[in-house]
Amino acid sequence: MAISPAPAKAALTLGPLLFNWPARERQDFYARIADEAPVDAVCLGEVVCGKRTPFFAADLPAMAERLRRAGKQVVWSTLALVVGGRDGEAVHAVCAGADDAAGDLVEANDFGAVALLAGRSHAIGPFVNVYNEGTLHHLALNGAQRITLPFELPGQSIRALAAAAEPVELPVELEVQIFGRTPLAISARCYHARTQGRSKNACDFVCDMDPDGMDVETLEGQSFLAINGTQTLSHAIGNLAREVPELMGMGVGRFRLSPHQIDMVAVARIFRAVLDGRIDGAEADARLAELAPFAPFANGFFHGHEGAAQVDPDSALSD
Amino acid sequence: MPAMRTAIPELICPAGTPAALRAAVEAGADAVYLGFRDATNARNFPGLNFDEGEFREGVDFAHTRACKVFVAINTFPPARRSGPWHEAVDRAADGGADAVILADVSLLDYAATRHPNLRRHLSVQASASNMDAIRFYQEAFGVARVVLPRVLTLAEITALNRQAIVETEIFAFGGLCVMAEGRCALSSYATGQSPNTNGVCSPASHVRYEQRNGKLISRLGKFIIDKVGDGISAGYPTLCKGRFVADGCAGHLFEEPTSLDAIGMLPKLVATGARALKIEGRQRGRTYVARVVATFRQALDALANGETPPHDNTLDTLTEGQRKTSGAYMKSWQ
Repeated sequence: MAISPAPAKAALTLGPLLFNWPARERQDFYARIADEAPVDAVCLGEVVCGKRTPFFAADLPAMAERLRRAGKQVVWSTLALVVGGRDGEAVHAVCAGADDAAGDLVEANDFGAVALLAGRSHAIGPFVNVYNEGTLHHLALNGAQRITLPFELPGQSIRALAAAAEPVELPVELEVQIFGRTPLAISARCYHARTQGRSKNACDFVCDMDPDGMDVETLEGQSFLAINGTQTLSHAIGNLAREVPELMGMGVGRFRLSPHQIDMVAVARIFRAVLDGRIDGAEADARLAELAPFAPFANGFFHGHEGAAQVDPDSALSD
Repeated sequence: MPAMRTAIPELICPAGTPAALRAAVEAGADAVYLGFRDATNARNFPGLNFDEGEFREGVDFAHTRACKVFVAINTFPPARRSGPWHEAVDRAADGGADAVILADVSLLDYAATRHPNLRRHLSVQASASNMDAIRFYQEAFGVARVVLPRVLTLAEITALNRQAIVETEIFAFGGLCVMAEGRCALSSYATGQSPNTNGVCSPASHVRYEQRNGKLISRLGKFIIDKVGDGISAGYPTLCKGRFVADGCAGHLFEEPTSLDAIGMLPKLVATGARALKIEGRQRGRTYVARVVATFRQALDALANGETPPHDNTLDTLTEGQRKTSGAYMKSWQ
């Protein structure tokens, strides 16, 4: 299949850290990302559970400054499920605190944040339901300049949305997550706490036991899902390294990597090489498999199959 | 001395079929909600829902008995395929629906522009769980009512209603999503059928049962959802009600096969200030609908007269797995 190169240089974003890592580890992680990772933007902030924020909130300004100095755009991600006063206040604080003048963006992960960001340039995160052109258009009129598409969208929807995002009078940059466990659901209930016989209120932050999520198997030992507090993710690691050229051909210009406790600088270098056409998807897959041995890869959503499937893109008809 | 009359919420009842619609209306529903027979609604199951003729007859039947009809068009139109969703909104408007229940931004926009006089309710599938989100939908599309997500506690619902800018509707009985609705791709991950765009969760087309070594194994797609011994009744393998292994323990990781039953806390539901109470169950038969609606009608009428609702356990046999929960309404559920 002939693929035309995307006009502008494709950009890499490091998505928000979804897991409950110790504060010190977070600091070291972002310091290394700032200094070494070939990414263009880095999302900071808690997306999954507002109870975690106090552990690292004080470190965020310094992390942000270090990232900016390294030439990376800082994107402030908001909570995906906002319930009750404390969560709401947290979202207000993120929206009010972001430094637009420094080139920062706030990324809205629910429609409450979308409301707060009306009329101001902002990003839409993958937890907001953008399934069609009409929704994309409405959000663009509201001030969205960048939209990371929902994880379950098939390639043919991404193609249609990329075409809709093109008109010059209302340009929206589209971003697609291409690496990391795929978020599948969010709840008011904490499943990490539940497995330990606790409630969310008295959780004792047991989600910190699993830096990449707690494995969930079927009754016959088949790997299935991963638990991250109130969030449920795929067991498989979503990986679209082999689909990147097709995505670029559609006009998608931004690509997201979701942090795991592996060498994310190396992961970013591999995907930078794929975006630049220096290595192909098969070679990227082989290198990534060595870096991330804890789960297999999946690309089913992109190809219109069940998300858990791993489809050979060379034999798949994605459109 | 007669007690002061309490403001009693509307009773909103499921109509998966014309027979269920008639049963709900006759049992005392203030409104019924239904969907058309396609992917435009979140209960797109075989044998359910209404074609245009059935819809118009249903509206006639309900309206002559002072009952309203709401049409759920609460899935998300995929890119380039909005046509059937727009037609569904037009059909609801032309057929005399009292409101449409919508979740997708583009569809709310379409309805507000094309049918400004048709009431728009925000579906639970939109997951508007806080005041800012509610304000977004109210200001942009003039929604008159928000069906609140089932993730909220009674205290949180009361707090939202205190600053109310729109009516709210809350669930009182029936099946229970444990995840934030409209934001769950679990079934999609196992089957490739998205609840958000195909309108079906844990679809029967992807369910397989297998008898092995005295056990009945139920699967959704390639994944085992449960395994029970011979003679034990196996529930339908809804993904989030299955048994899985986490941290070395097998069990109902997400939720037991259980249903919401809030009739015992009806005065508390009313005290939240919600304008309407919703009974889930468009996939259930008319006998179920008739019994649940009649029980709630009687209890609400008692409250309206300042009486204590009669204690009624007859609904116990109707809940999923005969087990019930007050769901997220109590903080301890989390």
